[in-house]
Amino acid sequence: MMSPTDDTPSATGHILIDHLRVRFGSKAAAVEAVSDVSMEVKPGEFVSIIGPSGCGKSTLLNVVAGFVQPSEGTVSMDGKPTDKPSADRGMVFQQYSLFPWLTVRKNVEFGLKQKGLDANHREEAARTLLGLAGLLAFENHYPDQLSGGMKQRVGIVRALATSPQVLLMDEPFGALDAQTRVVMQQILTNMWQRFRISVLFITHDIDESIFLSDRVYVMTARPGMIKAEIPIPLPRPRTPDMALSPEYLQIKQQLRELITEESLKAMGGELKDSGLAGFDIEVGPKGVAELV
Amino acid sequence: MRPATSLNIVTDPAADAAEGPNLALAPKPGVLPKAILAPAQAAEVPARRVAAWLRSALPKLLMTTLSLGMFIAFWYFATKYKLDFYIRFNNIPSPGEVWENAAYLAQSDKFYNNMYVSLRRILIGFGIATVLGVALGLLIGQYRLARGLLFPLFETLRPIPAIAWVPMAIMLWPTNETSIVFITFLGSFFPILLNTIHGVNSVDPVLLRAARCLGTSEFGLLRQVVLPASLPHIFTGLAIGMGVAWVSLIAAEMISGQFGIGYFTWEAYSLIEYADIAIGMIVIGVLGLLCSGAIRILGNMLMPWMAGSQHGGQK
Ligand SMILES: Nc1ncnc2c1ncn2[C@@H]1O[C@H](COP(=O)(O)OP(=O)(O)OP(=O)(O)O)[C@@H](O)[C@H]1O
Ligand SMILES: [Mg+2]
Repeated sequence: MMSPTDDTPSATGHILIDHLRVRFGSKAAAVEAVSDVSMEVKPGEFVSIIGPSGCGKSTLLNVVAGFVQPSEGTVSMDGKPTDKPSADRGMVFQQYSLFPWLTVRKNVEFGLKQKGLDANHREEAARTLLGLAGLLAFENHYPDQLSGGMKQRVGIVRALATSPQVLLMDEPFGALDAQTRVVMQQILTNMWQRFRISVLFITHDIDESIFLSDRVYVMTARPGMIKAEIPIPLPRPRTPDMALSPEYLQIKQQLRELITEESLKAMGGELKDSGLAGFDIEVGPKGVAELV
Repeated sequence: MRPATSLNIVTDPAADAAEGPNLALAPKPGVLPKAILAPAQAAEVPARRVAAWLRSALPKLLMTTLSLGMFIAFWYFATKYKLDFYIRFNNIPSPGEVWENAAYLAQSDKFYNNMYVSLRRILIGFGIATVLGVALGLLIGQYRLARGLLFPLFETLRPIPAIAWVPMAIMLWPTNETSIVFITFLGSFFPILLNTIHGVNSVDPVLLRAARCLGTSEFGLLRQVVLPASLPHIFTGLAIGMGVAWVSLIAAEMISGQFGIGYFTWEAYSLIEYADIAIGMIVIGVLGLLCSGAIRILGNMLMPWMAGSQHGGQK
């Protein structure tokens, strides 16, 4: 694979999250969504966050994006607080978020237009990027005419078009079928290596987090804290058959145990809330692994 | 233990294909959108498609002819035999008389002038309503301050039908002409305003967030995201507004008018030119239809991305 930039990571796109707390609602009925999270994404690094549903992953990402303000602590990129959205933090959403009234190419050009780039340069840049993602043949299609995987690919290309320092991705492949997901992961890896930007990636999928990331943060059930930080030392380029290697399986087992514990905690809370507390389900670590 | 999904997939050909960028990036035939295939098929068999279209359209055409034919036949016999059973056809012009008068009026400049005056009133009143309704709708939908200041006022005025404004409008505006245009404006303003507000409120928030992440300014957001995203609702408002504009215009012309097709129709009654009443009615209907058609064509032109979904909606 062509990746001449492997040894020269960019110096920007450094995200620092320091003792972040996010509470929603007024003082009395406040809900703590993120609780004392400290973490970092180094320049050019691919970092995933994995955790049970409702643990505050999206909230965390929204603070980095600038949509949500910290209640306590700080979040900064390259030393500047991320207090409002900006084109140097590109975002890819779980829901399809292409502008339905714009063609694929115009969607990709959207960010460049905001920068004041003239039409010719916009078109050239957009077509180059679409070519890289294998979407050039669809440049004049409207989003409604694309499959889910293509829409998300356009979403990634659109976010990359403004040359952001970091890409924030909130379960971008969550709505895709398993096959498409794997292809998308390959494409994302290719793009990431080509652009050498930092990525903060949220997922539910353990394999996805291992396959993509340099590091994985596991979050606890709500209120979300960092439970563990797992480095993924697998060499790159990563190939699908690595999933059978002992290192891979060991990391996977480790992540699975951490997450299962938290998922059960999260569900345990819900079970109790719905009056099912009487059912004492005894599940040992092995039995738990069977369930997942 | 049930193997996790991705483990299965790594042996899948799709994943292998992903290794070579070209293969992975080429769209799978299964996901090719229909729209890409359609033109090729259309070119293949134009003759057969025309035949198929005829076959499906013919019964409809026949039924339409029959439906209208029955109405005209009833009209013809009811006026011929001066039917009188609670509703009375004694003074109603026959289809023949209407046709004769129409042939005569088709030569009359005065008649065309009436049509022109009505159309001009519609264009001005509806045009101002469109500009104001859409602009204020965007502001009210998007900004709390605008909503707080303007919405209560509009909610208070809205239940008053445009026709109820006629006497007030005559006192308010310097000329008859402006007061009729004002009534036309009022009739179409509220449907356009409300549908625009509704459109703004139903903009998918993720689109706004996406645009902000791409560096869009507050004003850019309104113009580049909120407005296009609301266009389908705005055009619903325009279609309704156009209908109400004609209702209001005709009523205003009948009450206070000089000139105009509504005035013509009412005048025909006063002058005992009963056939002209029917002609006035028919012309009003046709002009209204043309105006609605124009709105629909404009909508299709401005919203090419809606082409697929509108087809589904027309059934
Ligand atoms: N704007 C808000 N106002 C109030 N509560 C909120 C708000 N946004 C999120 N929450 C709450 O904060 C908690 C964390 O939500 P968040 O969406 O960050 O979780 P998540 O980890 O992304 O979940 P999922 O995996 O289901 O996407 C949830 O309990 C949610 O109800
Ligand atoms: Mg979420």
